[in-house]
Amino acid sequence: MRVLVCVKRVPAPGAKINITDDGQSVDATNLGHTMSPHEECGLELAVQLVEAHGGESHVLTLGVAEADEQCRWAASIGINKATLVDVGTQGWDPQRTASAMTDAIRAIEAVDGGFDVMIFGNESADTGGFQVGIRVARALGRPMVNAIKGVNISAGIDGDDAVLEAQRETDSGMEVYKLPMPCAIGVKEGITWPRYPTMRGRLASKKLAVDVTASDAAPGGQTMVRLNRPEEQVSETIILGEGAAAAPAVIELLKELGLWSEGNSKQEVGA
Amino acid sequence: MSVLVVVEHDRGILAEASLEAFAFARSIAEQLGEPVDALLIGADAAGLAAVCAAHGANAVHHASIAGDSVGDYGPEAYGMVVASLAALLSPSGIVASGTDRGNEVLAQAAAELDLPFVANCVSVKIDDEWDLTRVQWGGSLNEEARLASRLPIVSVAHHAVEAEEVSAGATATITEHIVELPEWVSRSVIQDRVVLSEGLTLATAPVVIGGGRGVGSAEGFKVLETLAERLGGVVGCSRAVTNNGWRPHSDQVGQTGTRIAPQLYIACGISGAIQHWVGAKAAKKILAINIDPAANMVVKADYAVIGDLFEVLPAIEHG
Repeated sequence: MRVLVCVKRVPAPGAKINITDDGQSVDATNLGHTMSPHEECGLELAVQLVEAHGGESHVLTLGVAEADEQCRWAASIGINKATLVDVGTQGWDPQRTASAMTDAIRAIEAVDGGFDVMIFGNESADTGGFQVGIRVARALGRPMVNAIKGVNISAGIDGDDAVLEAQRETDSGMEVYKLPMPCAIGVKEGITWPRYPTMRGRLASKKLAVDVTASDAAPGGQTMVRLNRPEEQVSETIILGEGAAAAPAVIELLKELGLWSEGNSKQEVGA
Repeated sequence: MSVLVVVEHDRGILAEASLEAFAFARSIAEQLGEPVDALLIGADAAGLAAVCAAHGANAVHHASIAGDSVGDYGPEAYGMVVASLAALLSPSGIVASGTDRGNEVLAQAAAELDLPFVANCVSVKIDDEWDLTRVQWGGSLNEEARLASRLPIVSVAHHAVEAEEVSAGATATITEHIVELPEWVSRSVIQDRVVLSEGLTLATAPVVIGGGRGVGSAEGFKVLETLAERLGGVVGCSRAVTNNGWRPHSDQVGQTGTRIAPQLYIACGISGAIQHWVGAKAAKKILAINIDPAANMVVKADYAVIGDLFEVLPAIEHG
């Protein structure tokens, strides 16, 4: 089976995200780069699907040339091929990004054959547009469901009845979709447990030939003006006390909030 | 012209986040001098007209899908219904809640209509174009964005605005629509459901007790579970905890886990990295329990206890 995973290079912030002086991007000075946890799990899923059903996995990213790093990370855990659409910026709007990625996928499929499954992260870690995968899937005429936390392929991958069973988490359980392949899913962290690269994987990733392409996709209707830090709710932290001695103050707080009832304490039940 | 709210529901049960979409739509409608209308999709949604009216809907459009191939939800089907009603009603804007379903349906509709879609907005200012503020990084940063579109399609970030019943007891005019959809939309509809938990969940519990790296082990969560039981709440955790395999991912509070909004969040041994904070910050009150008074979680919390959670939690539990 042929599986595509789409990922986005993003800075890896710590306890605070700083913005550049011109307000146009996150200040990534001294920051490493990574991808969304959703996408890390998506890569792992692609590797697992190919391990189970045979075939080939392919990672696709769009952005700056340095996203080569994310392609090689993917290869280090077992992804077979990589394409980087180098547009010189991480700042393309969702419509433009989707359009460029659709073109890139068409080009890959024209050479290597169609993908049975396309995997996207539920949303990117940074801009969080919640739409690129859906737009790509629509443009390519494939069913897509977002927020997927589990998959199952029971009926095989060949023939007209090849179905990807996809489970989506809700407040109370799972919704189950049966998507005819070829199809697309947006996955959430937790769908898999991403492996760490082995030394052999790391060495292999250095030899990966990343196919670098360009795009002339037209801008969409959404333009970023600038980034701001939202006003922090400046709340002076009220220290209720230290150690076990703070318990009465905590219980007072619980009572104030209506979260404490005397009646159901364990001692009374046991008495 | 009107601002159209796509109302989210599950088999006729309203998603509370939809009420925030009404509040957001009213702020847009006021600027445009237009009414707010509601779109209910699916035969089982008919009973929600009254709550739509109470939250400011002037007219309610109830769209049923012809035939029964779509069941009670499918992202492509619902997106096509929104696109179809948009063509019929020509609204000035379309608003939904920034939930999994809300964002998914609007993205599908926007793709069908070949229009922009701006997810998770917190405010809108309308001149010639729409100037939006939306969240990035799960709410850690705001983006000022300009939207050029003949039909703006936006979702409102969950918990960004307060729902308000503005016209209690009001009634809205209800218009019935039967929408014919192409057969292919049935390829992505719910086929089955698995019920995993009855009762309280992270998203609905009045109190959540979260544990972080400071809990130290899977067994360490026992004290959190005991207190959660005592308070009628549920246990959550940080990403460090799921990465260590101490709790299942379904317990994770954060940007890539569950966004919570309980009355009280008790964060135990959690440093407060951005990934976690953005999932917890909608809690009405936050109490941090941590040995480090300089921990990010302690600094940002409303209340804090400085100390070892293994001493503090049992002391609370025993009253």
